[in-house]
Amino acid sequence: MTINDQKGRRETVAPAIELVGISKAFGAVQANKDISIRVMPGTIHGIIGENGAGKSTLMSILYGYYKADKGEIFIKGNQTTIPNSEAAIAAGIGMVFQHFKLVQNFTVLENVILGVEDGAMLRPSLTKARKSLTELAKEYELSVDPDAKIEDLSVGHQQRVEILKALYRHANVLILDEPTGVLTPAEANQLFRILQRLRDEGKTILLITHKLREIMDITETVSVMRRGEMVTTVTTSKTSPAELAELMVGREVLLRVDKKPAKPGAKILDVENLRVVDEAGIERLKGVNLHVCAGEILGIAGVAGNGQSELLAALGGYQKATGTVKINNKLIDVGGAFQGQNRRADGLSHVPEDRQHEGLIMEFTAWENLVFGYHHDADIQNGIFMNNAAIRDEAQAKMERFDIRPPDPRLKARNFSGGNQQKIVLAREIERDPEILLVGQPTRGVDIGAIEFIHQQIMTLKDKGKAILLVSVELDEVLSLSDRIAVMFDGSIMGERLANKTNEKELGLLMAGVKTGTN
Amino acid sequence: MQKIPQWADVVLVPLISLLLAAIISALVILAIGQDPVEAVKLMVIGALGSTYGWGYTLYYTTNFIFTGLAVSVAFHAKLFNIGGEGQAMIGGLGVAIAALYIPWPHWSIALLACTCFAAIFGALWGYLPAILQAKRGSHIVITTIMFNFIAAGLLNYVLVNVMRPPTSMDPATASFPPATHLPTLHDLLLPLGINFSRTAPANITLLIALLAAVFVWLLIWRTRLGYSIRSFGQSGSAAQYAGINPVRITIITMLISGGLAGMMSINTTMGEAERLILNAPEGAGFIGIAVALMGRSHPLGVVLASLLFGFLYQGGAELAMWMAIPRELIVVIQALVILFTGALDNMVRMPIEAFFAALRKSGDAK
Amino acid sequence: MDVLNDFITVLNSTLRLSTPLLLACLAGLFSERAGIFDIGLEGKMLCAAFFSAAVAAITGSVWIGMAAGIASSLALSALHGVASITFRGNQLISGVAINFLAAGMTVLIAQSWFKQGGRTPSLKGNGRFNPVELPVAESLKDIPVFGPIYQGLISGHTILVYVALLMVPLTWWILYRTRFGLRLRAVGEAPEAVDTAGVSVIKLRFAAVGICGVLCGIAGAYLSTGLQAGFVKDMTAGRGYIALAALIFAKWRPGYALISCLLFGFLQAIALRPDLIERYLSFKVQIQLLDVLPYILTVIILAGFVGKATPPRAGGEPYVKEQ
Repeated sequence: MTINDQKGRRETVAPAIELVGISKAFGAVQANKDISIRVMPGTIHGIIGENGAGKSTLMSILYGYYKADKGEIFIKGNQTTIPNSEAAIAAGIGMVFQHFKLVQNFTVLENVILGVEDGAMLRPSLTKARKSLTELAKEYELSVDPDAKIEDLSVGHQQRVEILKALYRHANVLILDEPTGVLTPAEANQLFRILQRLRDEGKTILLITHKLREIMDITETVSVMRRGEMVTTVTTSKTSPAELAELMVGREVLLRVDKKPAKPGAKILDVENLRVVDEAGIERLKGVNLHVCAGEILGIAGVAGNGQSELLAALGGYQKATGTVKINNKLIDVGGAFQGQNRRADGLSHVPEDRQHEGLIMEFTAWENLVFGYHHDADIQNGIFMNNAAIRDEAQAKMERFDIRPPDPRLKARNFSGGNQQKIVLAREIERDPEILLVGQPTRGVDIGAIEFIHQQIMTLKDKGKAILLVSVELDEVLSLSDRIAVMFDGSIMGERLANKTNEKELGLLMAGVKTGTN
Repeated sequence: MQKIPQWADVVLVPLISLLLAAIISALVILAIGQDPVEAVKLMVIGALGSTYGWGYTLYYTTNFIFTGLAVSVAFHAKLFNIGGEGQAMIGGLGVAIAALYIPWPHWSIALLACTCFAAIFGALWGYLPAILQAKRGSHIVITTIMFNFIAAGLLNYVLVNVMRPPTSMDPATASFPPATHLPTLHDLLLPLGINFSRTAPANITLLIALLAAVFVWLLIWRTRLGYSIRSFGQSGSAAQYAGINPVRITIITMLISGGLAGMMSINTTMGEAERLILNAPEGAGFIGIAVALMGRSHPLGVVLASLLFGFLYQGGAELAMWMAIPRELIVVIQALVILFTGALDNMVRMPIEAFFAALRKSGDAK
Repeated sequence: MDVLNDFITVLNSTLRLSTPLLLACLAGLFSERAGIFDIGLEGKMLCAAFFSAAVAAITGSVWIGMAAGIASSLALSALHGVASITFRGNQLISGVAINFLAAGMTVLIAQSWFKQGGRTPSLKGNGRFNPVELPVAESLKDIPVFGPIYQGLISGHTILVYVALLMVPLTWWILYRTRFGLRLRAVGEAPEAVDTAGVSVIKLRFAAVGICGVLCGIAGAYLSTGLQAGFVKDMTAGRGYIALAALIFAKWRPGYALISCLLFGFLQAIALRPDLIERYLSFKVQIQLLDVLPYILTVIILAGFVGKATPPRAGGEPYVKEQ
């Protein structure tokens, strides 16, 4: 199918990139299965697919970060092997990873020359790089202070450094992995302008994303991946978001969650002037005010890193803060970093943003994880010992209720898929029947089937009259689940909107820190 | 989806590591011009060939159970306590103070009290590095090593200037009063009709060591505290999310660890020398690291590994006596065991994992 | 003049006692800047001390001895590299194993070769490093103050003392002015950045561990053939650990490393002269207290009572590509 689609062009120009029969396994997980793809020069080519579809793996193979188990790579029609990133760079390929690969305490210049220094001494390289950075900045709207340290730059500027790195290495093919995840809508638009200009200069852009809108906006062709396989490659102008979504998932998808109107009850969580100063002395939360009522979901939208994590940690009792926080009108101590047990006693449950580093202990079994944080509960103690048999039985029941597969409580957390790991956390926190549930990034790295299940569970809890505070960087998710939406920017709440009376554009402006009128 | 079956992880991996360590040790013995086969024979006869040999083997085993458990408990909290040696020295000071300055009516009461003193003194010596780690972030590995040196200096001072009887030249305390002398295995086994060697130093402390192993097992796998310790060791960030206080866990864990290391000194000071001497632990604190790594930080594994090292230690003493092989051979073996079971664990594991992967594949094919 | 003489004597031995610390500290600096923690400095030094003295005793040449010492230290470095880089093992445990390996093997081999209870024969003549008279020291010695300082403090050390001092600016220059230094610092901070920039993380880290081995080798050689005239069991006496503490105190920077090593050297120097403390501070200090003073200071420094230090970000963690 890939080949047929573009057969007409084959005789005139060789594809910039052609991958044939690429396969890659990580242990038992087959990340890429016999994947072939052709990318024509001077185009923006999108690669779309769900989490875990194998997009990043495929591109990392092209960049020499991983080695394919099988398959061939052709660049401008010539077969090439790319055993490492050095070879990829030599072949004119550059990549901007989702998690930037920058040395935080180096300057921009040092990061740019790292690996492509001109000689054993640094000074000539630095001088040369400074000059060419100035030129690139002019050419592509990519200005950054060459002497700034990376750790002092905003995420958007760090991304620029990554693009500059690739251009400084004379990349003809530029791969970007989920580049807009950390950007505001306005920054994303600027990035797209840059990419279009690069394309106009004859460079080839490969854009990995799971956002349909981005594909529709700027790509010429799009390849769809699903569960490690290449589904198809189509011309963007000849497809629709609905069709792409169906191709991604393999069946028809509900793009909206069934949301009943909220019947807000009493104020359950009341936060006033919450402030957090981190270890380096930087103020991360600058006086946050919000409240959540029984039977409603308050969504927190915003670009990652604007204080959402600190908000959750402070409310969850493991980040020192100042301010007034009340749960059910009871004043809560937010001054300590080890208050998690007290929060749970006060009826607060928390599905943390990062299940691998906070929500779960990967080396613990499922049953041990299902009491994590509640291991002091009186009903699971047997004198001075924990009643492990009872805990295991209870775990078994929870795993069945939440359809966690495989339903084996003795399996370690690391042996479950991302979706099932998240369900373990959710089962533990929701089954406590909390007064208030904090949920951070509930569907990050989770497949669509599990997303639907998780959304349903959150909705059910709300319909039972519980208060829910939802934090997500996925604007779509916040819009579809929340009743009210607060937007965070730089440690403050920029504004609050009713979910049914706002839209992405308005929220996008708030996410960028632009104040607009209220509703 | 376990990579290798659990029995292989628990039994096969340590055994192969041990085998590698043994092969290299044999090569070392060859290299210094001695006969490894002869050496092994001598070791087996010397350590296991008589109740006298067994008496020494079990005496050393007792030491290593305590220090091995000490390192294991700390490992569960991902703390690397290299200070067992110093904690045991200071524990010995506690034993000496209790035994010398308090008149005990009977050895059993003395044993209980001295055990407490040993544990408390050892725990205190673990407390300082713990609090520095928890509150100031000082690296516990280096601080515990420093505390070993400081303990040696302190003990030297106390033994030379304070507790040494005026008539003695030895840097050691006076002999403990007879009421504190512990029954040896000979005394314990005689009623059962077993005539165990009268001169070997193995004594009732062995039973306390085994009780300590049971205690540690219950603590780690059956209590909330153990659950918290393991959580903290596996993931500091997750533990904090769960409301587990890292400062508290670090300190409690090191108190337990130091206490266990300190308890070793009952065996050496009360059980064997019947007075406190310089360097009573004789490196047992360090052997605890090898024991814990080999025993996979599990009390049962620790007991078995201690028995092995008890055998090696006693066998090594025989070698030093009858062949031209210095006692330092045991340090080399200990280093090799730490190397293979600890640092090169992945190297040992890889072929085993590959083997089981191939086995699974051929199983799937059928 | 007495005061000046005492002062010069103490500083002179400060300089000599700082030298092994400084070399080991810089060795640790290269390794840790590349992201590999190394508590095996102690063992590597000990091993080099033995082989330097042993080979020097056998061949009569201290230079051949030092070469052997460096080679043995490099062998242990390679072991540490294989364990912590190739097999991604625990760097602390590997270091501990190396320290025990060195402690045991040196005595074992010493006994097998020399049969003197785990020591080497005393070194004489060309078997050890002898003091180097700096030019015109003799003729300047009568100039007041400067003369004795030049002759008694600056001149008259073994060559390795000067080598160690020169290593400080050299290390700085390598770290901050060369391509290798840039990459070395990068691999200790963000190995993934180095990897995706097309540079081998493994080769860089092995190079760093190798440099560490060479410097530890020189440090060990100095201990047994410069500072002392032969090897005795456990002669490093915790210097490797003290060097690590000095490294933390120095915040992983070469210039500060010199200062912190001189401080520890000074403590060791006055521990040798309790009579001077009694003379000038007019109180008697327990010899045992003086002996453990460097260790106590190490603990105090580690406790951060003298400033917080941020170690290299990727330190201690094996490099595994994210999935």
